[in-house]
Amino acid sequence: MTITSTVRLPARAGSTAAARVARRRAALHWVAVHSLAIAAALFFLLPFVFVLLTSVMSDQQALTSNLWPTEWHWGNYGKVWRTPGFLTWWRNTLLYAAGGTALTVVSSLPVAYALAKFRFRGRNLALTAVISMMMLPPQVTVIPMYLFWAKQMHLTGSLWPLVIPMAFGDAFSIFLLRQFLLTIPKEYLEAARIDGCGDLRTLVRVVLPMAKPAIAAVALFQFFFCWNDYFGPQIYSSENPGAWTLSYGLESFKGAHHTNWNLTMAATLLVTAPVLVLFFFAQKAFIEGVTLTGVKG
Amino acid sequence: MALASTPVPPALKAKRRREAARTVAFLSPWLIGFGVFFAYPLISTVYFSFMRYDGFTAPTFNGLKNWDYVLNEYPSFWTGLGNTLWLVLVMVTLRVAFGLGIGLLITKVRTGAGFFRTAFYLPYLAPPVAATMAFAFLLNPGTGPVNHLLGDLGLPQPGWFTDPSWSKPALTMLALWGIGDLMVIFMAALLDVPKEQYEAAELDGAGPWQKFRFVTAPNISPIVMFAVVTGVIQTMQYYTQAIVAGKVASGVIGGSGQQFEPGYPHGSTWTLPQMVYNLGFQRFDTGSACVVAVILFAISMAFTSLLLRRKSGFINED
Repeated sequence: MTITSTVRLPARAGSTAAARVARRRAALHWVAVHSLAIAAALFFLLPFVFVLLTSVMSDQQALTSNLWPTEWHWGNYGKVWRTPGFLTWWRNTLLYAAGGTALTVVSSLPVAYALAKFRFRGRNLALTAVISMMMLPPQVTVIPMYLFWAKQMHLTGSLWPLVIPMAFGDAFSIFLLRQFLLTIPKEYLEAARIDGCGDLRTLVRVVLPMAKPAIAAVALFQFFFCWNDYFGPQIYSSENPGAWTLSYGLESFKGAHHTNWNLTMAATLLVTAPVLVLFFFAQKAFIEGVTLTGVKG
Repeated sequence: MALASTPVPPALKAKRRREAARTVAFLSPWLIGFGVFFAYPLISTVYFSFMRYDGFTAPTFNGLKNWDYVLNEYPSFWTGLGNTLWLVLVMVTLRVAFGLGIGLLITKVRTGAGFFRTAFYLPYLAPPVAATMAFAFLLNPGTGPVNHLLGDLGLPQPGWFTDPSWSKPALTMLALWGIGDLMVIFMAALLDVPKEQYEAAELDGAGPWQKFRFVTAPNISPIVMFAVVTGVIQTMQYYTQAIVAGKVASGVIGGSGQQFEPGYPHGSTWTLPQMVYNLGFQRFDTGSACVVAVILFAISMAFTSLLLRRKSGFINED
């Protein structure tokens, strides 16, 4: 649309030479920007296209360097789905992601509220501790944690060591929620107090509805974190194939079908698809969450 | 000050006690979590780094022997630290530069902006294991589509994940593919630059480069710093992609417990977090694994302190 109007305009009577130059420059700029954008889009999207094309190739063709399938074997997806263990990994991942997300939101919101709205001594220290925890590589604490879950709790080989910690607040979620809660004006909270609301009632009745976008973002991030987590399942549940998640199982899938790139790529897409679908339904919350994480208070 | 000198009335005292109680109540999930999942394991890690411990028999005091072993005898330590440093320098720099470039590009796109934004963002959502497996396939030297296309263009076809001099660049490409988070952060920052400043610069006759240099750059530099520091901290934790790429490219059967060549090929994708796993969970040398964990902690916290400096302005104190 834009390009037709910029091209046609110079012919009109009354347009000066300077305006013509400006319009020509604008048209060139438009072409340059959009060519770059198309090139970039190819870099980001072509991997998906090649993976999809390979996932429907026949076993023989997947061993060659052909880019386009000669026959379309959509049945590969059914084959992957029926691979022993695949449904179990799926169920485990959903349990981990749904349980972990629910527990994270419920346990992080009151902490974030206190850090954003209560005045108390040591608040900045607590905030510093939250941020330090957020930045801590999981490998730093993994050895004592493994020993704790294996020797004291006897829970390794299950999903519990992955899910239980989420009932005790997640540093990143606390930080993100706090950044959002800072923006809620004091007047709302004071009005609730005058109406006789206690702190918990204020949190549930007043803050919770206002913080819905931030809670949605935190829930999405946590869901994606659990869905994508590889290190946790590798450490805590890998000894029992019945407790594997998709991330961990997918890698072993490549091992079992190590010549079959077509099936491996079909499995890869089946693991990626739910995340993409979820994103399309919750795009706004997700993008708002990303911008909220560190940019501004 | 005046208040402090007068005696506190009992009603106010009771109110303060109530307020302290509610603060503790609201913070309690995290206070427990902080103790059990942060403070206790952190102290234990430091403690175990001085113990001879195989994870089964009782630990015994070992002095600095684990430290000496890791720093002077475990040859992979310096390889791993070198790789981590390479990743920090190259991967973080390119990610920030490319993320900023894509962020700038998307703010200039007039037609189909929604499509492009989604296209640039999607790869960020792909689970790391899935993305790494996809790249191991795309970049496999024999039949991979990328080398197929390079061959058609008459260009050299690198061994990517199977060649020690190309494995880190291949991991970097994977990291650049998942730039979506940085794009969004930079896009938000770029849209926040006050329009009047651009108009003023234009009146002064500034060209596009001068506008970027004197208006855009100063406005977004705190965000760029934020991206660099968090990028360094994330790269210190770099694990899943490196380990999965190594396993898939070396043809190891995952999940079978089969040992794979660490950092395949030739230690080129070996990083500090993998060392913790290798020493602690494959060699059962818990003490030495904790030495690496303590080193990892020290480096990460050094960079976190950059973020926490009050004047950096990343964290609103109010």
